[in-house]
Amino acid sequence: MKNCEYQQIDPRALGTSNTRTSTTLPCGRKNSQRLRRKWEVFPGNNRFYCDGRVMMGRQCGVLPLTIGLIFITSGLFFTFDCPFLVDRLTVFIPVIGGVLFVFVIMTLLQTSFTDPGILPRALPDEAVDIERQIDNSGSASYRPPPRTKEILINDQVVKLKYCFTCKMFRPPRTSHCSMCDNCVERFDHHCPWVGNCVGKRNYRFFYAFIVSLSFLTSFIFGCVITHLTLRSQGVNGIIQAIQDSPASVAELVICFFSIWSILGLSGFHTYLVASNLTTNEDIKGSWSSKRGEESGNPYTYNNIFTNCCVVLCGPIPPSLIDRRGFLPPDDAPQTVTSDTELPPFMSKNDANMGTKELLQSMALSTVIQSTCTPGTPKTAPVTQESLLRTVSITVSPPNRPPSTGCSGHQAQRPIDVSCSQKGNKRSAHHTHKPMLRVSSPPYSLSHSPLILSDGPDMGFIPLN
Amino acid sequence: MSKVKGSPGLCFVEDRRSNNRKRSSSAMAETHSLQDLRQAAVTSKVFVQRDYTSGTICKFQTKFPAELESRMDKQQFEETIQTLNNLYAEAEKLGGRSYLEGCLACLTAYTIFLCMETHYEKVLKKIAKYIQEQNEKIYAPLGLLLTDPIERGLRVVEITIFEDRSIGSR
Repeated sequence: MKNCEYQQIDPRALGTSNTRTSTTLPCGRKNSQRLRRKWEVFPGNNRFYCDGRVMMGRQCGVLPLTIGLIFITSGLFFTFDCPFLVDRLTVFIPVIGGVLFVFVIMTLLQTSFTDPGILPRALPDEAVDIERQIDNSGSASYRPPPRTKEILINDQVVKLKYCFTCKMFRPPRTSHCSMCDNCVERFDHHCPWVGNCVGKRNYRFFYAFIVSLSFLTSFIFGCVITHLTLRSQGVNGIIQAIQDSPASVAELVICFFSIWSILGLSGFHTYLVASNLTTNEDIKGSWSSKRGEESGNPYTYNNIFTNCCVVLCGPIPPSLIDRRGFLPPDDAPQTVTSDTELPPFMSKNDANMGTKELLQSMALSTVIQSTCTPGTPKTAPVTQESLLRTVSITVSPPNRPPSTGCSGHQAQRPIDVSCSQKGNKRSAHHTHKPMLRVSSPPYSLSHSPLILSDGPDMGFIPLN
Repeated sequence: MSKVKGSPGLCFVEDRRSNNRKRSSSAMAETHSLQDLRQAAVTSKVFVQRDYTSGTICKFQTKFPAELESRMDKQQFEETIQTLNNLYAEAEKLGGRSYLEGCLACLTAYTIFLCMETHYEKVLKKIAKYIQEQNEKIYAPLGLLLTDPIERGLRVVEITIFEDRSIGSR
C-alpha cells in the first residue's frame, strides 16, 4: 500500500503540472498576458497589498480596533489634555507623547505587515523524495509509520515533526499556524490584535510595539491624572474638573484597562526574551523539568544580556517566500498540498531526511499517531469553521486538533493563558494556489525549456 | 539589476538571464556545458537536507549522497557544502556588526531597512554568486546543477542530475 501511494503521487502531480492551462505563452510574449507575481499564487492564508510589498494574516483580527484605540486615545490626549499641560507644565509633554505615539504606530504596522518568517512549502519533488526515504527506511512489517524524528541539539533531544500541509519536517522552533496556514519559523504566537503571526522576523517589532505601548499608555495615564488633579485644585473640585474635560475620563478608562494587560504582556515577553524562549515553548512547557528528564532550553546562551541581544538585535533573515518575484509565464500551478492529497496520502510517515546510513545514526522516534485523520486535514476540503484554539495546539500535527483552549472571544493573551484565537479553516481545494519557487538556477531559466523537456515519467514536476 | 528585497527570486534571475547573454567569449567554454544541460533530460534530483545539530542556524549536511557517487568526487562535494555552511554562518554571525545594525534599526523604528541592505542580504548575494561559480566550473561539466537553497526556502540544497550524454549513459 505504501508503494502504491507513493507512486500515485508522481503521475498525479505530474498530471496537474503538465496541463498547461491558460499560461501557454513562450517566454518572450509578455505583452498579451501580464506576468504574475508569486504572491498571487501563495498557498497560505495571507493577504497581500501594494503588489506584494505588504503582507498580513487573512483575518486582520482586531487590528483596526487596536489602531483605532491608539489613535483615539492619543488624539483625545493631544487635543484636550496637552493644551492645559503645556500651559501649566512644559511643552515637552506633547513632544514626548508624539514621539511615543509615532514609535508605537510604526512598530505596530511593521509587526502587522512583515513576513513573520514563513517557510515556503516543499515542492512536489522534494515531498516525493522525503517519502521515498520514508519508504526505504521502514521495513515491510513496520507499522504504523513514524511521523517525527529526533535530533540532538546541544546534547538535547529535540523532536522534529512532519508538517502535512507544508510537506516537510519542520525545523526546530518552527510551528504551523492554523490561522495563516503557514509554517512560521521561531513561532511565538498568532496575535489577533496585530492581525499577523509573531515569528522570527517580526518578534522584535512586536516587542518594541508592546514596550512602547506600555510607555505610551502609562505616560498618557500619568498626564491625565496630573491634568485632572491640577484642574481640580484650581477651581471647584474634581467634579467641575471632570465636567470641563470629559475626554480625560474616557482616556483614563481606556488607559486604566489597557495598562494591566499591556504591562503584563511586556513583562512576560521581557522574561521570554531574556531566556530565549517563545510563547509557544513556554506554554507547552517544552523545556521545563517537569517532563521527568533533565531538560533545559537548548537555544539559550545562559546569559541574559546575550539572549536579549540575540533575540532583539540579531540579524533578520530575509523573507523566504519571495513575494514579488515573477512566475515564469509557462507555469502551471505547482502545489504540494492539493496534488499530493488527492491520492489518499495516508503515508503519515516520518522519517529521516537522509539515507539509510543516516537513519541508523539518528534516533528515530516511532511515535505513532496513525489514528489521526489522514493526509492534511487542513487542506482537505473542509468548509470553513471557526475554531478556538490555543497557541500550543497549533504546534501539534495539523490534523484537526481538538478545539480546546480559551473560550474567550479574542482576548489578547492574558498572562496565564495562551492567545485564544478564532481560526477559520480554509478549504484548500478551492485554491490550487501554487507557490512556485524557481527551481532551477539562472542558467536554466535563460533557456527555459530546460526542465520542460523532461519526460513525464521521470518522477519530477517539471517547471512548466 | 532590480533589487528584490528578500530572497533573490525570479526577478533577480531574469536580470541574470540578460547578464548571461552578455558574457564574454572567454566564458563560452563554460557556458557551453550549461547549454548542453539545456537539452539534457533530468534523471533525478538529490536533496541535501539541513543539519540541525548546532541549533537553528542554517547548515546543510555534508554527507555525500549515494546517487552522486558515480558522478563526482566526494571531496569536492563536501568542500562545496562546507563553504556554503561557512557563508551562511557568516550571514547569521552574532557580533558587533550585527548588534550595531540591530540597535541602529531599533532607534530609527526599523525604517532603516527601507533604504539599507542588511548584512544577511549581502551575504546571500555572495552565496548566489558562489553557487553560480561552482555550477559553471565544476558541476555543469559533470552534468549536475546546484540550486541555490534560498530558492527552496533554505530547506534543501537541490542537486539536479542530468542524463550524462558525454559519458554515454546514466
